[in-house]
Amino acid sequence: MPRRADRPALLQGNEACARGAVTAGVRFFAGYPITPSSEIAEILARLLPQVGGKFIQMEDEIASMAAVIGASLAGRKAMTATSGPGFSLKQENIGYAAMAEVPCVIVNVQRAGPSTGLPTSPAQGDVMQARWGTHGDHPVVVMCPSSVKETYDLVIECVNWSEVLRVPAVLLMDEVVAHMRENVILPRDDDVVIWDRPAPDLPPGHPDFLAYRPGPDDVPPMARFGDGYRYHVTGLHHDERGYPLHQGSKAEELVRRLHRKVERRRRELTKVEWTVGEHSGPALPEGLAEGRGRGAGRTVVVAYGAVARSAEEACRGLAAEGRDVALLRLVTLWPFPDEACRLAAGLAAGGGEILVVEMNLGQVAREVERAVGGRCPVRHYGRVDGELITPAEIAAEITGQRGS
Amino acid sequence: MSLKVKSLKELAAAPQWLTPGHRMCAGCGAPIAMRQLLAAAPRRVVVGCATGCLEVATTIYPYTAWRCSFIHSAFENTAATMSGVEAAYRSLRRQARVEADFVFVAVGGDGGTYDIGLQSLSGMLERGHRVVYVCYDNGAYMNTGVQRSSATPKGAATTTCPAGEASPGKRQPRKDLLAVASAHGIPYAAQAAPSHWRDLVRKAEKAFRAEGPAFLNILAPCPRGWRYDTAQTIELTRLAVETCFWPLVEVEEGRWSITFRPKKKKPLLDFLKPQGRFRHLFEGQNLKMIEEMQREVDENWRRLEALERLTAPAEGLRRSS
Repeated sequence: MPRRADRPALLQGNEACARGAVTAGVRFFAGYPITPSSEIAEILARLLPQVGGKFIQMEDEIASMAAVIGASLAGRKAMTATSGPGFSLKQENIGYAAMAEVPCVIVNVQRAGPSTGLPTSPAQGDVMQARWGTHGDHPVVVMCPSSVKETYDLVIECVNWSEVLRVPAVLLMDEVVAHMRENVILPRDDDVVIWDRPAPDLPPGHPDFLAYRPGPDDVPPMARFGDGYRYHVTGLHHDERGYPLHQGSKAEELVRRLHRKVERRRRELTKVEWTVGEHSGPALPEGLAEGRGRGAGRTVVVAYGAVARSAEEACRGLAAEGRDVALLRLVTLWPFPDEACRLAAGLAAGGGEILVVEMNLGQVAREVERAVGGRCPVRHYGRVDGELITPAEIAAEITGQRGS
Repeated sequence: MSLKVKSLKELAAAPQWLTPGHRMCAGCGAPIAMRQLLAAAPRRVVVGCATGCLEVATTIYPYTAWRCSFIHSAFENTAATMSGVEAAYRSLRRQARVEADFVFVAVGGDGGTYDIGLQSLSGMLERGHRVVYVCYDNGAYMNTGVQRSSATPKGAATTTCPAGEASPGKRQPRKDLLAVASAHGIPYAAQAAPSHWRDLVRKAEKAFRAEGPAFLNILAPCPRGWRYDTAQTIELTRLAVETCFWPLVEVEEGRWSITFRPKKKKPLLDFLKPQGRFRHLFEGQNLKMIEEMQREVDENWRRLEALERLTAPAEGLRRSS
């Protein structure tokens, strides 16, 4: 799909997701219809065949996730997309992908739950499920876009990280971002950085090749089925050959390595955006981090996804009125941006507070509390009625003008 | 099974478990099928319904169109949910702790039955729960915006099997769910259509009387997904039957019978033509696909006739029964 850069396109979040996936090199999608993610499947059903890719609609979400794992093992960058109930069904296989180190991307367009919930309404109730939805200690990468353009960028990031770390990556969208239309200028394909999974440096059939012997970065190189390598894959605990093992210490070694490979890259992985006054960027403005704790009465808002858009509007409005507010927008949710939260606590210490705003009952707020370790008060404002939290609500929450 | 079918007058006087005033689309075949089916219910009903158009549009806040106990299960497991209901009810009845007499109906669309709900359906049929499972088959995931299902007929265009230069729409034929269900050896399985209401009601009565699980697959045209005028629903259903695209058959204790033979079998074209989802088939090289589909319809009819002969009881046996 040749595309001229610098020409704005009016895109829906789900469309940006589908197009970003194609740019990232995704050539296999297995999915199942579910509101509000269905457009991703519908668009990829048209796009993928045009670039030599494959779209399959499966019989359910369990099968979709399994097919994605199979396709990834066969050597293709693979993705699926779903929403709450489907995300629940995929969990067992997400754990399998984590254990067998199969790169794959799962897009979850969050809708209000639990259960069937409010199928057409937004929510952010799957933050903890994205982290811990499948059983056992497992690594995962989770990113959360706030805009259509960022959806495009982050689906590429998810594919990239999933490939180089051989770990399942979740793009945690919400119904607002998925169905919102915005004018975006997509980058030229040449300007997009694409990472591939590490390839074996031994030739096929080499007796020294071990499918699960990690490289120095704790990630084992990945062979494709059909390339001639002996490759045994299982969800059981396994040794470097991939064969099942029962030995306790080896099992623990494996689980610890699976975590270590992600932890090693934590600094690059955890992305945030700061908005303070006119400043907006991935790091705090010069000097601010050092001079922390000045403003008693300072509020640092922490938000992510669609809610962060409302928070930004609220913060800019209050800042223009001279109020001391800052916004920490979380882009990566897992690994959790502890460091940024500690900076936020530094800003709020000495009389200020952190206000976490999210469409759930405190899933990220509790993580923020953990990260700041009591350095400042952490307050939570949440809604679970399927309505997007508005800038006015957030402003009222900051200024204390909400009726209790 | 000898049976006196309710007269039209009796049917009209039957309790309306699914009331008018629901918000299914104009021309939707599903509520027509359900109302015909439920008019045949011999006792009070308990309905379990998988996620789908019927569930969504009959239970829009703050109303429900159901005059009975109604369970909206998760998408994939209405048969399992109703298995639990029926098993617990039977146990309570045995212990004389419940007096009311019920029949149990599990409903799913083709997505919730042919695809995601198949495992659950199979389990229910194999364990032998006395539940009537009804699939209203509109041939795609209409509730989420017309994605293909394994009930989508070959040649139809949906959003996930779009028709275009490179694709003639869906390439795979529809899954034969009646054969799948009957292969469980259940007492009664049938395929019906609301255009032939007398046939449908008779099948429903047999299903309700069956001493074990029963399965009914009912054609339910969808004007939005099939892209036709809403006034044509029954006409189109009739064409599906008269072209033998949707044969009316039943499998009773393993015996297959065709319950309606068109006097003059119409060409499949008559059924395809009014529908937008098949429009692309009438262009250029796709025309040969229609021939292929016609051959498959003919072949299926021959297969049904053969099954009928094969499973017919011996002559002597028939007279004595």
